Amino acid sequence: MPQRRDLIASAIVVLLLALLPLAGSRYAIDLTTEVMIYALFALSLNVLIGFTGNISFGHAAYFAIGGYACAILLTTYGWPLALALPAAVVLAGLVAAVVGYFCVRLTQIYFAMLTLAFAMLVWGVAFKWKEVTGGDDGFTGIKMPEIIAHHVGYFYFTLVVVAAGIAALWVICHSAFGLTLVAIRENSVRAGFIGVDTRHMRWAAFTVAGTFGGLAGALFGMYHRGMYIENAFWTESANVLIMVLLGGIYSFIGPIIGAAVLHLLQTFTNQYTPYWPTVLGLILLVIVMVLPDGLIGLVRRVRARGGRP
Amino acid sequence: MTAMLSIDGLWKSFAGFVATRDVTFELLAGETHAVIGPNGAGKTTFFNLITGHLRPDKGSVSFEGRDLVGLPPQKIVRLGIARSFQRINIYPRLTVFENVQVALIAHEGQQWNLFRPGRSLHRQGTQELLELVGLASEAEETAGELSYGKQKQLELAIALASQPRLLLLDEPTAGMSPQETGETIASVRDIVKARGLTLLFTEHDMSVVFGIAERISVLHHGEIIASGTPDAVRNDPEVKRVYLGEHAHG
Repeated sequence: MPQRRDLIASAIVVLLLALLPLAGSRYAIDLTTEVMIYALFALSLNVLIGFTGNISFGHAAYFAIGGYACAILLTTYGWPLALALPAAVVLAGLVAAVVGYFCVRLTQIYFAMLTLAFAMLVWGVAFKWKEVTGGDDGFTGIKMPEIIAHHVGYFYFTLVVVAAGIAALWVICHSAFGLTLVAIRENSVRAGFIGVDTRHMRWAAFTVAGTFGGLAGALFGMYHRGMYIENAFWTESANVLIMVLLGGIYSFIGPIIGAAVLHLLQTFTNQYTPYWPTVLGLILLVIVMVLPDGLIGLVRRVRARGGRP
Repeated sequence: MTAMLSIDGLWKSFAGFVATRDVTFELLAGETHAVIGPNGAGKTTFFNLITGHLRPDKGSVSFEGRDLVGLPPQKIVRLGIARSFQRINIYPRLTVFENVQVALIAHEGQQWNLFRPGRSLHRQGTQELLELVGLASEAEETAGELSYGKQKQLELAIALASQPRLLLLDEPTAGMSPQETGETIASVRDIVKARGLTLLFTEHDMSVVFGIAERISVLHHGEIIASGTPDAVRNDPEVKRVYLGEHAHG
């Protein structure tokens, strides 16, 4: 069970977020909505990276599938949100299961390259299947249910869905399944010798990651009222990977911190200079050279030095 | 006694180098059996072939009448064969406690449970195993930070968590001080006796081998050149020539 302290802290964060629309500007509300979506996206990727030790370079694929599927079902087929959203999430999970089936046969860089290859395939479909996805014009004009069409309504909707998604990921990551994934990350050969079918477990982790990535994508598409092929491009996969690394892969909340810091930095940097990619490069440099375990790792080290428990 | 493990005509080579040459071998239920031989004799390869880490080129391995060739390690451990490794093979960033806990979770087939908190499972069983190998006071330490000898003890606890009937220990005392070696061997002997295990082990230290083994097989260039009681092996002229002789001179 979660520590009482963690439960109280989470409840306070959710409560403070829920109060934001009373005090915050439209800008603050929109920015927070984006951060919440990215936080869920980054957490979903960390099931693979931090918990299973498998680095995916193609996680944007499931984000895009969730986003496009939800958008198309709502708009083209006129499905209600209560059906379109779960269907989009299930579809992202199914595609992740199919892709994962092949990817988990490989390990390390070969695994990473195959995830990238499949993600480029998904991008190609979004680009070429113009009559369904809108091709490089994007899929725009998503029909939104009345209740969440307003930005405050959408903020609360995102808060509830993301909080539920994070809670579900917390339970999975701390379950017997999650602990076994960590054992696979630490030493997959040894995990085999205690009776764990490591390939099947990695496959399941891949599917879980894709499913929740799809949920984040669906929220993202509705928030922007559109999906664009850039959302499926490999740079989007790199972006979420950097969020995860920046926050720290060895803690559950690391990716949430990483998503918040990176997205806010990007937004503010773009207000002053067009050189975001340069800044991003510098951030990556700092992570690799001095923050191998991310911001959370830094906090832990500072605390340890201060002699605090 | 009946044969628990029967190996017949086993071959394995790597890029032309023959590591296991026509090995035929029987392990009796309940015995303590040592495999000895100089470095590079093929002892670890032999263990890897039994436990599914390597697939033999030719020959058969059967455990309690069941053919093991082609089965992956995770299936073989579920049949009742667990092993430790010559080189440390633990989960370095997990705690000592979790290292053993995961093995119990896997043994009970709970690794597919996405809802039950992992840390709450098998607390008592884990505690008992840690006490058995003398690691109870290090339970919350990070496994990778333990001393070498203690990591070896942890290896043993992980192997025992799979509730094996046949235990394979690959150099359980390699790198240990004489004192640690003595303690480890005493505890292995007690555990094997208390649990009625069959033990197959490799070992460098001849005092350990002749102290606890009931039977000994000698591997040389991938071949078993002698097999029998400690006395028979000690007096075997071929063994004296290729192996024990070296020690007599040293």
